Amino acid sequence: MPHMKQDYDLPDTSEAMKDLAREMVSRIENGQLGHAVALVDRMNDVREQTLYQEIGRLTRALHEAIKNLNIESVGAGSEIHSATDKLAYVIEMTDKSANRTMDLVDASMPLASVINERAAELQMRWQRFLNKELRPDEFRVLTRDIGEFLGQSADQSRQLQNQLSEIVLAQDFQDLTGQVIQRVGKLVRDVESRLVNLVVMAGTIDSITGVSHRGFSELDSESDLAEEIDAIAAEGPQINPDCEGVVASQDDVDDLLSSLGF
Amino acid sequence: MNKNMKILIVDDFSTMRRIVKNLLRDLGFTNTAEADDGSTALPMLQQGDFDFLVTDWNMPGMTGIDLLRKVRADERLRHLPVLMVTAEAKREQIVAAAQAGVNGYVVKPFTAAVLKEKIEKIFERVEG
Repeated sequence: MPHMKQDYDLPDTSEAMKDLAREMVSRIENGQLGHAVALVDRMNDVREQTLYQEIGRLTRALHEAIKNLNIESVGAGSEIHSATDKLAYVIEMTDKSANRTMDLVDASMPLASVINERAAELQMRWQRFLNKELRPDEFRVLTRDIGEFLGQSADQSRQLQNQLSEIVLAQDFQDLTGQVIQRVGKLVRDVESRLVNLVVMAGTIDSITGVSHRGFSELDSESDLAEEIDAIAAEGPQINPDCEGVVASQDDVDDLLSSLGF
Repeated sequence: MNKNMKILIVDDFSTMRRIVKNLLRDLGFTNTAEADDGSTALPMLQQGDFDFLVTDWNMPGMTGIDLLRKVRADERLRHLPVLMVTAEAKREQIVAAAQAGVNGYVVKPFTAAVLKEKIEKIFERVEG
């Protein structure tokens, strides 16, 4: 926040008011009531002038903020709109990747089970051979089956390998979506700091006009109240598991439920 | 536990529905249907003879907790076993779900083992 500090302090206005007030007191003490009353008018002038100045400044800042955010053209082309598009892109990318991964797993599962079942079956017969329980004709079939199995599992494990590396490739969304989310995060921080600037400026006007309305602390307590009213409203994933009132794991959920008689 | 029982999976994200569906299939349950929020799920439940409901909490339209309350308030559905699978992890929310009559509560992200254990536990109680 550059240039904000001086707006907030209004040293010129304070100084002018102080001088006028001192002069007024001394006029009254000297019995010059007419002069003193005239000074009230001058104080009013200073106040009004500052007020116009500050409103002008606020208007310019507001205009600047809007211009920088590109939200003048509401809808297409604005930065907010493009952030929404970007987030939609994140959803699309993650959705695509999750489905691609699951497709590949779905294709890999049967291969793994075939290898598993076939190996288990051959192992049983191989054990019988080692125990010398196999007749020569059974042994001939076994060697043929083993040869077939080795060929098949070489093929199938190669397929599995390919599918596993494709699963790894399907995770490339993390990089892309991460970049997009970082950009959107920066935009949100920008918007926040601009809004804070505007609030500070508006606060200056409040102090000049003598208007007082709800400050931040009251707003906070109000949102607390709203939260109390609907404490169980859906919040989505908890980012910080150390947060008060949040369970850290499934075990905590189970403990809580069992304490309730589940 | 009847592996042929009819299960409704409710989640607004198709990926999560697919994950739950696959896990259920691995556990031997293949008779599943899907809905993307409470307001599509409720008429399906009222019309179809579902034996089990697996629902997310946070969904546009009707949320999972509201769906649970509607199910418990419905004369014909009130005994339907309901498992909540959700990212909502506040104690107050879990207590509220318990009070609304949920049969099990699984927090995302979850494992296949946890899902299996909760489903088995629910049906032990329901059948036992």
